[in-house]
Amino acid sequence: MRSIFAFVAGGLFGLGLAISGMTDTTKVQGWLDVFGAWDPTLAFVMGGAIIPMAIAWLLTPNRTPLLGGSFPEKSAPKLGRNLVLGSFLFGAGWALAGLCPGPAMASLTFGHMGNIVFVIAMLAGMVVAPKFKSALDTAVPAE
Amino acid sequence: MPIEWIYGLIGGFIIGTAGAVFLLANGRIMGASGIIGGLVDGTGRGNAAERIAFLAGLIVLPFILVQFWDRSETHVSENWAVLIAAGLLVGIGTRIANGCTSGHGVCGISRLSLRGIVATVFYILAGGLTMVVFRHLLGVI
Repeated sequence: MRSIFAFVAGGLFGLGLAISGMTDTTKVQGWLDVFGAWDPTLAFVMGGAIIPMAIAWLLTPNRTPLLGGSFPEKSAPKLGRNLVLGSFLFGAGWALAGLCPGPAMASLTFGHMGNIVFVIAMLAGMVVAPKFKSALDTAVPAE
Repeated sequence: MPIEWIYGLIGGFIIGTAGAVFLLANGRIMGASGIIGGLVDGTGRGNAAERIAFLAGLIVLPFILVQFWDRSETHVSENWAVLIAAGLLVGIGTRIANGCTSGHGVCGISRLSLRGIVATVFYILAGGLTMVVFRHLLGVI
């Protein structure tokens, strides 16, 4: 049952990404290109997504998930180096290709070699990330 | 209002609904990089089936959609060096930051998570700077 709901959620996510145009790298790069031909589509997507998600969060207190377990705790507001540096690296890659993990997976079957190359590199990055992180911790210990 | 903005709003609403389903049914945060990364580095072995099912939906449903409505143009770069550098940065960065546009952005901002908001500010800032340097100064993308 968990897998069925996960498939439905993943499927809706993919449909939403394709319908919203977030699988089109020009829209993502256009949003980030403030000094070029700026494209505000991404703001509409974010706004549209936050509404149902915020309602979902409002339903969570004093309840449990439909399929059991418990809702994820709100993490302590720890704004360490990893959050900032990691987000910075991610943002740079996001702009270079116009792809982030969700849309990269959603457009994997769209028949473009570039999408496949990106996903392979992204998976490789995820494989080395733990090593990268521990090397970073050794070189510059976190506070 | 351009039609693409309306598609953006509708698609965004569907994305948020997906996140709501994953949260309210499975009790999980819908973060693409976390779902994929946990499979890649083995930290998500305990609930691998759920992760694989999510990714199957994420890949299969858009494939079906584009058979009926051609939204398959991605305008993705043909420069492999750029794509490989970008993919590595996205893979490493999202795992170090523990989230991407879906986890920190959609799911984090909607519960007013400070971490999600800070991450979003930094990845948009980095993205904007990257466009300035690599498009307007160097002309590589």
